Amino acid sequence: MSVLVYLESENKAYKKSAYELASYAVALAGQLNTEAIGLVINNDTPESIGGLNQIISISNESLNTFTAERYASLLSAAFEKSGSQYLVISSSADSKYIGGMIAAQSGSSFIPNVIALPENIEGKTAFKRTVFTNKGFAYTSSKSDRCIIGLSKNSFGVHHSDAAPKVEAMTLELTDDRVTVTNQATVNGKATIADADIVVSAGRGLKGPENWHLVEDLAEVLGAATACSKPVSDLGWRPHSEHVGQTGKPVATNLYIAIGISGAIQHLAGINASKVKVVINNDPEAPFFKAADYGIVGDAFTVVPQLIEKLKVFKAQNA
Amino acid sequence: MKILVCISAVPDTTSKINFTADHKSLDTSGVQFVINPNDEFGLTRAVWFKEQQGAKVHIATVGDSSVEPIMRKALAIGADKAFRVDTPPTDGFLVAQALSEQVKKENYDLVICGRESIDYNGNMVPGLIASHCDYSFINTCTGLTIDGDKATATREIDGGSETLETSLPLIIGAQKGLVEESDLKIPNMRGIMSARTKPLEVITPSNLEALTEDLSFEKPASKGEVTLIEEANIDQLIELLHKEAKVL
Ligand SMILES: Cc1cc2nc3c(=O)[nH]c(=O)nc-3n(C[C@H](O)[C@H](O)[C@H](O)COP(=O)(O)OP(=O)(O)OC[C@H]3O[C@@H](n4cnc5c(N)ncnc54)[C@H](O)[C@@H]3O)c2cc1C
Ligand SMILES: Nc1ncnc2c1ncn2[C@@H]1O[C@H](COP(=O)(O)O)[C@@H](O)[C@H]1O
Repeated sequence: MSVLVYLESENKAYKKSAYELASYAVALAGQLNTEAIGLVINNDTPESIGGLNQIISISNESLNTFTAERYASLLSAAFEKSGSQYLVISSSADSKYIGGMIAAQSGSSFIPNVIALPENIEGKTAFKRTVFTNKGFAYTSSKSDRCIIGLSKNSFGVHHSDAAPKVEAMTLELTDDRVTVTNQATVNGKATIADADIVVSAGRGLKGPENWHLVEDLAEVLGAATACSKPVSDLGWRPHSEHVGQTGKPVATNLYIAIGISGAIQHLAGINASKVKVVINNDPEAPFFKAADYGIVGDAFTVVPQLIEKLKVFKAQNA
Repeated sequence: MKILVCISAVPDTTSKINFTADHKSLDTSGVQFVINPNDEFGLTRAVWFKEQQGAKVHIATVGDSSVEPIMRKALAIGADKAFRVDTPPTDGFLVAQALSEQVKKENYDLVICGRESIDYNGNMVPGLIASHCDYSFINTCTGLTIDGDKATATREIDGGSETLETSLPLIIGAQKGLVEESDLKIPNMRGIMSARTKPLEVITPSNLEALTEDLSFEKPASKGEVTLIEEANIDQLIELLHKEAKVL
């Protein structure tokens, strides 16, 4: 009864999230006195990761583009073939897409948004997960023997290990997909909200889209992704994909910098899983200060340019 | 074209979330329930298909009678008929089984769910229905047009978007972007009046089974005080982020 963990790859290398996922799976397997097995797709020479000793590798040209139906049937077949008790998946858009499909096809349960190793509650194995978009936690147990765990980003951490995994190729029959991807547009080379360690976000306090160079310059010094509050995307100042919060994208990053955002409850719910929050706002009464770790009461148009300059100096010294 | 919109009732986004004293469930006192925002985007698009392409729009909710006000609201916005599966929605597996039966019974061309419900954030109901009913599935859907039995959609991916093509029957996980915020409809008097007489059928389910169980709930620990830094001392902020918070 092993733990299978699906490690997402991109251009034949692990995605960043895979390191945390592998670390979690190894720890979960340790707790259950069993083995953790990695599963990679089109990553032919997987490197050591998170202490995994064993990796199943699937390679096929037609898997270069993610399509949900095919990936879901592949993962559920691998889950069944491995005889594992748990399948651990990430909280990427792709994994969230297929989680329910794999559960239905493999007859297992699915617990999403998990943030910790299981605990024993009332004699049952319970996984702590976020509910109500970070406004609460639930301890959830599976009634099925086999269960998919969706791990939240930045919830467990990465354990480095040099253990060289034994890699075994697996061939599975591929199903057709009724959905075809005809075009893909990604912002290349820029950090994304899903992946970045730091997110710089701004709200209506920035007055207009013409001032967004402040946000972009700050993000560039920090290697951060850019985000915004809901009204900013509704007004068309920024694309919808940057809208974060309860009805937008969740942000679980190490550092979240909020500029000219008031801190409405819907905004906070979506970003509260971030570790450290810095707020820059000219209104000392802005509700965001109650949710922040560090704050500067001041005008964004004078604070942010100074911050950018000082960070450049800091980065040069600490490079 | 026959469309089903699956609608869940969730606490209004401004709600403070509290749990009962025994930590076993949500404390619903003072909480106002609304149509799950992702489902509202989906419902609005469904009503657009009705107005532009003559679609029939059904809605379905799994829940006890307390969800009927939000179902009436969905009818007032423009749905034609409602189905309520009379059982508490204890988990996504039970909900998806109940909704799959409805989908099989009525053979919908298009099923619209939300990407997630903002209460328990299950992220699974549309995917489960897709597999149970063998429908094509497009999640995090930000655009959808239908021509005959061909569907063209856009979806949000991490760091971008993609365009997809498929054919009906199809199920989507709707989210913001599918319709513009300004297209969301506030029911008018005529809509509210006609919603009162639209059919709302109650279905008594059998043999539904939950696969997960929420044993207890808790609130996040309350936050410490914010450390305020003077505007003139930005170096101090950088120092704190570097040495204390260790995020730089
Ligand atoms: C159903 C629903 C769902 C929602 N979901 C979301 C969501 O997911 N995400 C989200 O963000 N919102 C959401 N909202 C909206 C939310 O309620 C707030 O309206 C929104 O977050 C406010 O955005 P804001 O902080 O940018 O703007 P405002 O509330 O206008 O705040 C602007 C802030 O900028 C400050 N400011 C002004 N000038 C300066 C300056 N020169 N320098 C520094 N600071 C300055 C002001 O003091 C103020 O605090 C939702 C609302 C509803 C009804
Ligand atoms: N109780 C319910 N009744 C009807 N539809 C539901 C219910 N719960 C969830 N759904 C649908 O499934 C979507 C995803 O929910 P979830 O998987 O719970 O995050 C929601 O946006 C709804 O469209």
